[in-house]
Amino acid sequence: MSAEIRYISKPHPLTGVTNSKLGIWCFLASEIMLFGGLFSAYILLRTGVPNWPHGSQILNVPLATLNTMLLITSSVTMVMSWASLAMHNFANYRRYMAATILLACGFLVVKSFEYGMKFEHHMFPSKNNFLGIYFTMTGLHVLHVIGGIIVNTYLLFPGSKMWKTNPEQFMGRVEAAGLYWHFVDLVWIFLFPTLYLL
Amino acid sequence: MSHSAEEVQKHVRTYIAVFAALAVLTIVTVYISYLHLPTPKAIAVALFVASVKGTLVAAFFMHLISEKKVITSILLLTAFFLVVLLIIPSIR
Repeated sequence: MSAEIRYISKPHPLTGVTNSKLGIWCFLASEIMLFGGLFSAYILLRTGVPNWPHGSQILNVPLATLNTMLLITSSVTMVMSWASLAMHNFANYRRYMAATILLACGFLVVKSFEYGMKFEHHMFPSKNNFLGIYFTMTGLHVLHVIGGIIVNTYLLFPGSKMWKTNPEQFMGRVEAAGLYWHFVDLVWIFLFPTLYLL
Repeated sequence: MSHSAEEVQKHVRTYIAVFAALAVLTIVTVYISYLHLPTPKAIAVALFVASVKGTLVAAFFMHLISEKKVITSILLLTAFFLVVLLIIPSIR
């Protein structure tokens, strides 16, 4: 008999939540500490020097505003894809999930333009502390966006077969992917003013 | 959390309202940055707007407003250590 993970669709009697949900939240808690460490480093760098440049002098605020809009829209489409499953509308689930992935790709395209313009002007992470922490924080965030695109693409295509065999577990997966995606949006909500507007 | 179709329909209306609020707050925070307030004031305002946006995402998109105690207590513990982490740079 294979050892299966229990309580992935039904709530565990002790916690009241599924083990999957407990798991993704523990992961997100560790992610909060990961990004927290970088925000802490940012504060240390910024308060350690007499003059810190205003983000808008170096970075492109309109492009970052566009990216903020793309990410918050993708957060809505993500939660709508989960809500569509809850309303047993699989066609809408696929539409909203596809929209989420496209918006995330749009974010990456805009971000690559931003990086490209910096590199053209020889503004690399090693140039100064501002660019160092900017590339570290946004780079780690971009890796998270790419991770989200991979998971969501799996759930849109091969992974969605599970909707027919085990709809409850599939909804749990979409919900967990959604929690992760909202977290990626949440990090950007703080990165945007910190790096670009202050 | 129950997933009855009617209840989800109600959620959907909330999601759209939250989306509108997030879009408006993004424009507000960019607009304020063009006013060039003195730095301490600018930091306070920008972080306040970001916190409101973050709370909206966590409460409604991540359903924390109706989440079980085990999840919220894990997050409270995390929030405590996050605050510790952010205070460390100011220790001189």
